[in-house]
Amino acid sequence: MSYLGIEFSELRIAVFDFTGCEGCELQLANKEDTLADFLRVLKIINFREVSSVGGSDYDIALIEGAISRSDEVERIRTIRARAKVLVALGSCACFGGVNKLKNAYDLAEANREVYGDDPKETLPVRPIRDLVTVDLEIPGCPVSKAEVEHIVQHVILGIPYQFPVYPVCLECKQRYTVCRFEHGQICLGPITRGGCDAPCPAGGLGCWGCRGPAADANFEEFFSLVKARGFSDREVSERMNFFGAFEVRK
Amino acid sequence: MKIDLNVDVHHLTRVEGHGNIRIVIKDGEVKEARWDVVETPRFFEVMLKGKHYSTAGILTARICGICSIGHCLASLRATEDAMGVIIPEAAARLRLLAKHGETLQSHWLHLFFLAAPDFLGLPSALPLLETNPEVVHLAQQLKGLGNRICDVAAGRATHPVSLQVGGVARMPARERLLALRDDLQRSLEYIGKTADLLRTFRIPVFERETEFVALKGETEYPWIGGRLVSTDGVERAENAYREMTNEYVVKDNTTKWCRLSRPSFAVGALARYNNNHRLLHPDAARAAADFGLVSVCHNPFMNNVAQLVECIHVTHDSIRLIDELVADEKAPTMVDVTPRAGEGVGAVEVPRGILYHHYEYDENGYVVRANCVIPTTQNNANIHLDLPALAKQFAVEGMTDEQLTLLCSMLVRSYDPCISCSVH
Repeated sequence: MSYLGIEFSELRIAVFDFTGCEGCELQLANKEDTLADFLRVLKIINFREVSSVGGSDYDIALIEGAISRSDEVERIRTIRARAKVLVALGSCACFGGVNKLKNAYDLAEANREVYGDDPKETLPVRPIRDLVTVDLEIPGCPVSKAEVEHIVQHVILGIPYQFPVYPVCLECKQRYTVCRFEHGQICLGPITRGGCDAPCPAGGLGCWGCRGPAADANFEEFFSLVKARGFSDREVSERMNFFGAFEVRK
Repeated sequence: MKIDLNVDVHHLTRVEGHGNIRIVIKDGEVKEARWDVVETPRFFEVMLKGKHYSTAGILTARICGICSIGHCLASLRATEDAMGVIIPEAAARLRLLAKHGETLQSHWLHLFFLAAPDFLGLPSALPLLETNPEVVHLAQQLKGLGNRICDVAAGRATHPVSLQVGGVARMPARERLLALRDDLQRSLEYIGKTADLLRTFRIPVFERETEFVALKGETEYPWIGGRLVSTDGVERAENAYREMTNEYVVKDNTTKWCRLSRPSFAVGALARYNNNHRLLHPDAARAAADFGLVSVCHNPFMNNVAQLVECIHVTHDSIRLIDELVADEKAPTMVDVTPRAGEGVGAVEVPRGILYHHYEYDENGYVVRANCVIPTTQNNANIHLDLPALAKQFAVEGMTDEQLTLLCSMLVRSYDPCISCSVH
């Protein structure tokens, strides 16, 4: 295949899902205006949610979800052994995601509450990087399809991809979105990695930090800002712990 | 003639989540027929405990990547019920528009990408990119429009941002709504072509009598809130949902099962149709008649047709909602919320059937207890009980393991199960 005179081979990819909502996989089938072109540069070897063809000769494995059961531990190791490149797709795979909130509770008690006297196997939630080497982490809840496309373009053309180092705030300014703090809401935009195009503040919701900390985040200034604006410690830590992307704040 | 057949599907493809099918037929007799859900449990009900009321909808949207708007809406309704919040009329319209966008997105995803390949003799929709680009074009147009409606009404299609306790954060710009209206009008032609495609599908002839549960429409085909009804004549208030679902834990499954008047019941597009078909838009009713869909229909494979019928209805209803929204674009979309202790239930018809969220709050607005009953949880026992009947009917001379495997897989896919959701 060639584009602009540059030869490239299609990417042999597989998509696998673990503990999660499968919303990030769904993004791969979204952004319909460019979907046909996107699918043409990919050779889908294994993608259970959309295809009954299940091969194991893939080069790139996209992993959605976190790890929370022993069969998942086995499965991720098998996939790692087969894949040349392993990509964590979305906040669950990168950080554990909202699933990780479970770890704050007693799991035997949680099991009793949901399943009564017939408990089901469950382990504390771990991100993929805690089990196997991860070559690339694409954060987001869900991932931004535009960013995924951008990364795929870079891979095809052999150009290293650089995630933005700036926080979400910058993208709100670019979109002329009025700061959520001005609406009296808490927002993690000042400390969260940009690249999502800030859809949440634009839609009327302060950032929840699904992409994890920005490279140049100024935490000290952020904590003094939320304190000055009167947000409680409980509120700040509920938000920062939500996707498991920030270290627990005491 | 000895008929021995085996079906062993580990992690069924083209469904959301992980489930297994196993059938054993010996000497023409069904020895075993099972549907087992093996998805990893996530314990959302436990994670909700101690969370602020404004967090509940954002958290529970993450139960499902396909029907996150539905989960968010059921959550908001439960919270608003607990705190005595009445949302503005414009907010109710915007929420329903978002809901319609999700129904379109989800139904088209199912019909084109998950179900259609079986009827076309393909392992997935991907080969159509080369062989039938016009079909891919239809899918792109229709599913894309569903997602755009969600983007405009809810701020984002997957994991919405504008749907909040008290209403909807903002009224979309008039021009964005009107652009959607044009696209909806134009999409009716694409839907017509899709119906032509569906008409070429050979839908298996199979019936197993069961009970169908849905919201009860009074004056409109129901989507958000209201009384609960079944085709066996059971009727309950929204907050008596437990009497309608009767969830119980089953061995070897991480999902629960449900029952009502019989050992199982079904929810989803076909259940909504069977209970509320009189309230459909005339064009949708005409399409149903055209496909021979008649209430009460007991063929689960007809859920595919019911989804198409609902897409027609929802497209017309979205146009109506946009007209009402632009006629009063300065209308408020949010009310103030004062947290208070209380209990509330929200029932919403999401693409795969009726969904319930139930919360108890303390006086500061933090969750004390939560319960969510998912559509696929309600369908799992019905799927499980369909399988022996299907196996029995098709265990005939000439049937092969491969053919029976395909039929059983198609049956499960017809329910459009959302398995991760059902385990949550």
